[in-house]
Amino acid sequence: MNIRTAFRSIVIGLGALSLAACGINSVPTAEENAKAKWADVEAQFQRRANLIPNLVEVAQGAAENERAILTEVTEARARATSVNIDAGDLNDPAAMEQFAQAQGQLGQGLGRLLASFEAYPQIQSNQNFLALQSQLEGTENRIAVAIRDYNEAVRQYNTTIRTFPDTIGANIIHGAEPLVPYEAATEGAEVAPTIDMTDGN
Amino acid sequence: MTLPRALGLIVAACAALLAVPLAAQEFPALTGRVVDQADILPEATEAELVQKLEALEQQSQRQLVVVTLSDLQGYDIADYGYQLGREWGIGDAERNDGALLIVAPNERQVRIEVGYGLEGYLTDALSSVIINNAIVPRFRDGDYPGGIVAGTDAIIEQLVLPEDQAREIAAEASEDRAREGGFPIGSIIWMGFLFFFFVVPMLGGRGRRRRYGARSAVGDIILWEAGKAIARSASGGGGWGGGGGGFGGGGFSGGGGSFGGGGASGGW
Repeated sequence: MNIRTAFRSIVIGLGALSLAACGINSVPTAEENAKAKWADVEAQFQRRANLIPNLVEVAQGAAENERAILTEVTEARARATSVNIDAGDLNDPAAMEQFAQAQGQLGQGLGRLLASFEAYPQIQSNQNFLALQSQLEGTENRIAVAIRDYNEAVRQYNTTIRTFPDTIGANIIHGAEPLVPYEAATEGAEVAPTIDMTDGN
Repeated sequence: MTLPRALGLIVAACAALLAVPLAAQEFPALTGRVVDQADILPEATEAELVQKLEALEQQSQRQLVVVTLSDLQGYDIADYGYQLGREWGIGDAERNDGALLIVAPNERQVRIEVGYGLEGYLTDALSSVIINNAIVPRFRDGDYPGGIVAGTDAIIEQLVLPEDQAREIAAEASEDRAREGGFPIGSIIWMGFLFFFFVVPMLGGRGRRRRYGARSAVGDIILWEAGKAIARSASGGGGWGGGGGGFGGGGFSGGGGSFGGGGASGGW
């Protein structure tokens, strides 16, 4: 009798443990974690977008010749800030691609703008510009970190919902869909740039 | 007997769900507030720095660590830096108020890595100014100790708190420590609960249990939950090492602070 009671209590205890381990809690936990990390990613992109008007301000007086790049960056910024992904749509690859593309274009334009400033000593020596430059650098860093954290959270979530035993709870109870990681989608980013050194010798 | 056995198998499989090992790059050990892996600091300078860093933590609870690296293992210094900060957990876990001054003499790169909680005080722009004005000119002349000391002084100047705030935060921190190290009241309550509702009836009324077959099952579940709660509160009470790591001159450790890429880098 005593042994049976003890046995039963162990089975019930472990049964409850195994239920908890079968995804009832771990799936939503992992999902919420990924969503929170995505919010960080968007916040950092927003931070970059917020710096751009100041940059344009600094450039406006000094770099009249770069008007084309300035307009391009301003437009890319408008596009990028208009594309957002709801936390609920993180399993939509098309939305993610659109988002990554808009941000990628902005990043590229920004890079070109900063590179073009190298020709203007009056910008280079502007204290505001130097501060802005370090802020932009820091923001790019934070974006990279936030994206990596998000992708890691997505990886964990996707692993959770696809592996035994959590997959049981994920399919039966939560109907969980895999989330999409963020992939930087700048066109031609995988190709090394060819530098023509023969020009202007 | 086959059903329990099958159950047992499932249970065993589920229980095997343990932490996934993470592939990590190599980091130097956190041997103190100054980790001189690249060996560019004379001992006297190191001792001086340790003293300043200790004083900073006592005054503001903020942790600053100076580290020189012999090798970035091919990583960008910003990339390496935040991961190093997370690995070591510099700063308090809740305030995330840690910072690192990282020097990689072989790659000729330097970085101030700022924890989440300090990003408002030690901004990117300010970090960049410190690097470009205090550190890099001295590094260019080959004066590593001088650059590191000047940079550390400039960072400390930003991180020390005004007197009243410092007192407040020190009081809070010692309160936290008292709470952490103190009596685990939660588990005592659970113990009492367990004792009165399960142990006493078990000892007193074995005969009655047979009539309540279902009750024993429910009781077992509650018992198990209670046991878990005790374990949880006990481990919560044992969370030493966090909070104010390295107080009192003993070993130094991070408090679990996190980093998100704030700060600035420079080269020479």
